[in-house]
Amino acid sequence: MSHLLLMPVLLPLLAGALLLLWPGLGLALQRVIGVIASLSLVVVGLQLLALAASGDYHLYALGNWAPPFGIVLVLDRLSALMLVLTAVLAAFCLLYACQGTDRLGMNFHALFQFQLLGVNGALLTGDLFNLFVFFEILLLASYALLLHGGSRARSRAGLHYVIINLVGSAVFVLALATLYGVAGTLNMADLALKVAAAPVSDRPLYLAAGVLLLVVFGIKAAILPLLFWLPRAYTAASAPVAALFAIMTKVGIYAILRVFWLVFGTGDDPLQVELLAWVWPLALATLLLGGLGALGSLSLRTLTAYLVILSVGILLATLTLASPQALAAALFYLVHSTLMTAVFFLMADLIGRQRDQGYDRFHVQAGMNNRWLMAGLFFVAAISMAGLPPFSGFISKVWILHSVYSLEQGFWLWAVILFAGLLVLVALSRGGSAWFWSSPACEKQRPLNPVELLLVVVLLSASGLLSLNAEPVMGWMLLTAEQLMEPGAYLQAHPKVAELLPGGVWK
Amino acid sequence: MELILAVVLGILTASGVYLLLRGRTFSVILGLTLLSHAVNVFLFAMGRLKTGSPALIGVVDDYADPLPQALVLTAIVIGFAMTAFTVVLALKAAVELRSDHVDGEAPNEDRL
Repeated sequence: MSHLLLMPVLLPLLAGALLLLWPGLGLALQRVIGVIASLSLVVVGLQLLALAASGDYHLYALGNWAPPFGIVLVLDRLSALMLVLTAVLAAFCLLYACQGTDRLGMNFHALFQFQLLGVNGALLTGDLFNLFVFFEILLLASYALLLHGGSRARSRAGLHYVIINLVGSAVFVLALATLYGVAGTLNMADLALKVAAAPVSDRPLYLAAGVLLLVVFGIKAAILPLLFWLPRAYTAASAPVAALFAIMTKVGIYAILRVFWLVFGTGDDPLQVELLAWVWPLALATLLLGGLGALGSLSLRTLTAYLVILSVGILLATLTLASPQALAAALFYLVHSTLMTAVFFLMADLIGRQRDQGYDRFHVQAGMNNRWLMAGLFFVAAISMAGLPPFSGFISKVWILHSVYSLEQGFWLWAVILFAGLLVLVALSRGGSAWFWSSPACEKQRPLNPVELLLVVVLLSASGLLSLNAEPVMGWMLLTAEQLMEPGAYLQAHPKVAELLPGGVWK
Repeated sequence: MELILAVVLGILTASGVYLLLRGRTFSVILGLTLLSHAVNVFLFAMGRLKTGSPALIGVVDDYADPLPQALVLTAIVIGFAMTAFTVVLALKAAVELRSDHVDGEAPNEDRL
């Protein structure tokens, strides 16, 4: 048992506590502590990625209490991938925030670390109640980060965001209580075993709990009837916070993958099939709404928020098809869309501050400093986001379309993805031409912060890098998808749970 | 016992949802509180309703399950913190937006 597994939780916890409890800590020192903690998370994440590459499950039993009685942290390929993605994204967002956003209010760095604590914990945990606790940590930090700096728009969006997530938390506890009442356990591996062996009379109860969990994760991931908080919240947040929030909807999708593929995905007649039957039409509708919303957006940040919704739709629709190829393609798209969403939020801020007025609104004509530079940046980012070659957006979309080609439902996915892609292309070209084609002469010189520009460019080049190294990345995603489709190995990894398996082996 | 609990839970949840759907932040917060009460009692009841049985295995045949109490304690602490946060947020929003409507404005106002 390697203690390294605990580091993604422990590091931000200690850094956050230190930042909060050290009285009179100057902003410069806060920045240093925050950046050191974030960068070490990247290193830890890469080490965990190497550890997970063997394809085994790595368990960390907290306090050495063996599962299913104690809480475990579980590392596999998927969680390692998400940890690295989170750490890299967070490092960029934090460095960007250090350019001035963190000055707008108090305790930005402590909140940022607590946010990472919640996300990393939710990615690692192997216990459903623990998942709830980490979700709450993540949410509480995100409430404060969203409101950080304060403004009318943020208070308004924050109220909606907080209230809907509190309702989500209540529903989460309701689902957990139902599961515990029927199965008597909340350890994911143990629960999977209980659900698979459940008598027919218990199935409706498990199904009810599953649908409740779908609602909870649906609020997190922003699936169609539960997504109306998202555009306003993401538009109101400050740029680095909105960029960090790019990972939050993906955490919801990760929870769906974890719970529905493991807990409800084992046995001869898994409940997963009935649950995913709900997700498929909703995911397609989410996708379509994302495209339409992007077309109707009045500012780049709102447009990006709808692109988040679109990516959630694509991901969920592809996931429900439940073939290893489609799953792997969806994971590739997940990495691409998270990075590109962050690029877009940061770029909206960068461009917005170069304009004389109107910030990132499309309908305001205003002079722009460094017009050619900004236009080039926007052009490249838009190409990658819209899924045109040669960037990772193209590869991930082609792979998704290719992997669902032979499936029965593939036709619908093709139609909706391509149509929504066209809408996004129109929206981005319209926005770009409104800004860059003919802009009046600028009234006053505005300094361009080279560090901010560099951060956006490097994050954007990650998309190019992803496409250059597409083959090894795709190989990794395929192995991850295959691991996810074989929940039996997850159960085998839990010693006490494996004893309960019929004949010690899970088919 | 089960019937009373079920009825109480139903009433609490229904009142909570009704208040949640109101337009003013104060009633929404009350609704959230009632809803989380209902949820906590439900979680607590999932260890089965028993009296007079200790939470010890091996001493008596009919032992009680202590885990839901630990879970519900965690849920109560989190719920308490969240409610406190929401109250402060609602006050902040009411002062900044000069309205205690959950949308912070009259419904037809231009949002941008």
